[in-house]
Amino acid sequence: MDAEISLTVDGARHRLTVDTRTTVLDTLRERLGNTSPKKGCDHGQCGACTVLLDGERTLACLALAVAHDGAELITADGLAAEGELHPVQQAFLEQDAYQCGYCTPGQICSAVGMLQEIDRGWPSHVTEDLTAEPELSHDEVAERMSGNLCRCAAYANIVPAVQQAGGRRS
Amino acid sequence: MKPFTYARPTSVAEAVRDVAAEPGAVFLAGGTNLVDQLKLGVARPDLVVDVRRLTSREITDSDGGGLRLGAATTNSEVAADRRVRERYPVLAQALLAGATGQLRNQATTGGNPLQRTRCVYFQDVTTPCNKRDPGSGCSAVGGYTRYHAVLGVEPVQPDPDAPGTCIATHPSDMAVALAALDAQVQVLGPDGARTVPFPDLHRLPGDDPSRDTVLAHGELITAIDLPALPPGTRSGYRKVRDRASYAFALVSVAATLDVADGVVDDVRIALGGVAHKPWRAARAEEALRGRPATVGSFRLAAEAELVDAAPQPGIDDGNGFKVPLLARTLVATLRDLTPGD
Repeated sequence: MDAEISLTVDGARHRLTVDTRTTVLDTLRERLGNTSPKKGCDHGQCGACTVLLDGERTLACLALAVAHDGAELITADGLAAEGELHPVQQAFLEQDAYQCGYCTPGQICSAVGMLQEIDRGWPSHVTEDLTAEPELSHDEVAERMSGNLCRCAAYANIVPAVQQAGGRRS
Repeated sequence: MKPFTYARPTSVAEAVRDVAAEPGAVFLAGGTNLVDQLKLGVARPDLVVDVRRLTSREITDSDGGGLRLGAATTNSEVAADRRVRERYPVLAQALLAGATGQLRNQATTGGNPLQRTRCVYFQDVTTPCNKRDPGSGCSAVGGYTRYHAVLGVEPVQPDPDAPGTCIATHPSDMAVALAALDAQVQVLGPDGARTVPFPDLHRLPGDDPSRDTVLAHGELITAIDLPALPPGTRSGYRKVRDRASYAFALVSVAATLDVADGVVDDVRIALGGVAHKPWRAARAEEALRGRPATVGSFRLAAEAELVDAAPQPGIDDGNGFKVPLLARTLVATLRDLTPGD
């Protein structure tokens, strides 16, 4: 079955017809030519496909495009508005927070979403006092980014990059 | 993936009618589990009815000091809600111990308790599985049982060829907390609305492991109510897993504890990762009411609960480790909730 949907991707509006089985990830990559989000596991286990969907970090591989008709998507590609790197992207560069780079667009979108969550005061599994303002500690970043795997194991630099971006932002 | 028709009705009642009328229909909410099952071929619906934008996305105060969680609230929103964090720490902790930030942004209150087991054989369509393909047998018996049940299963090794055999566990952390909290599930079906006490929502395999819950086809969770806890009650969730983050529970314990003058006034305990359903530990609760709130009492309560535990043999020595692990986790959870500790 086909369905007509509209999606706004990195600021550009698209109308297209998709098979109802198509995920947001496949729509971005195969239909709209945006290969910034990556297909790692395609089962929600690796985080390489992370995008911001209506502002929240989301796994594009577990979202059906038809169910997100009208959604606003931002990929890592779209974070660099007018060629200027987003503070999270800049921090990844400065901290050398990657090796092969395959997971990096997902890591960056996840970090952007996660820093918003910290700003809102959302707790995590490692937050000692659930009602206190969370800090951007190593343990908090590691826990909150645990949905993004890096098989090169660049974690030792990803955590400081996220901390740097978070500190710069506030 | 098998082709399916997608429908987004304009009302909850219409969605219920649509699913009830079509045996091959399923509800879609956050999709974190269903979309994966579609890819794996575990779920093969003809019709997918999207209810994510139909049910409530609000958390509201209810009479008597409780909270009502709309079915479309996300796991993130519930865990972050200040009232949940202050009044129901067990629920916030359980949600935050589950999945990842991305998945919690997508998964919903109505969908989380209805996620299906992650038993490796259930998810592998090339192996026999009574839950996925009724009557085909159970591949988990004598197989990889590390994540499988020790409670609610036969004391002798189950017959892998019997149609009722299933040693899978329910994977949700949230559901364990909701069972301990005596949450109430608001359900709308083709014949009207009803309320299901959360501890009765999930079922043991019985003679039909394909049914995880008591909900009939077409029944939809519209909200989950959290009753107020007695003043002074403390609650918490403790999860033991193979990794520090993003892993299903080997064992978990959700508990609420109300202690007066060193004596257990009220206690509610649910266990996760150890049974086909979130396991309400009624024997442990019974053994604790009116007893001193001490580690000694907690140990006796754990023993009482686990007297019928049935470790499953299997690859890598099976899952017998779960029984002492569960006892220690239960004791530690209650000890942490004991005032003055």
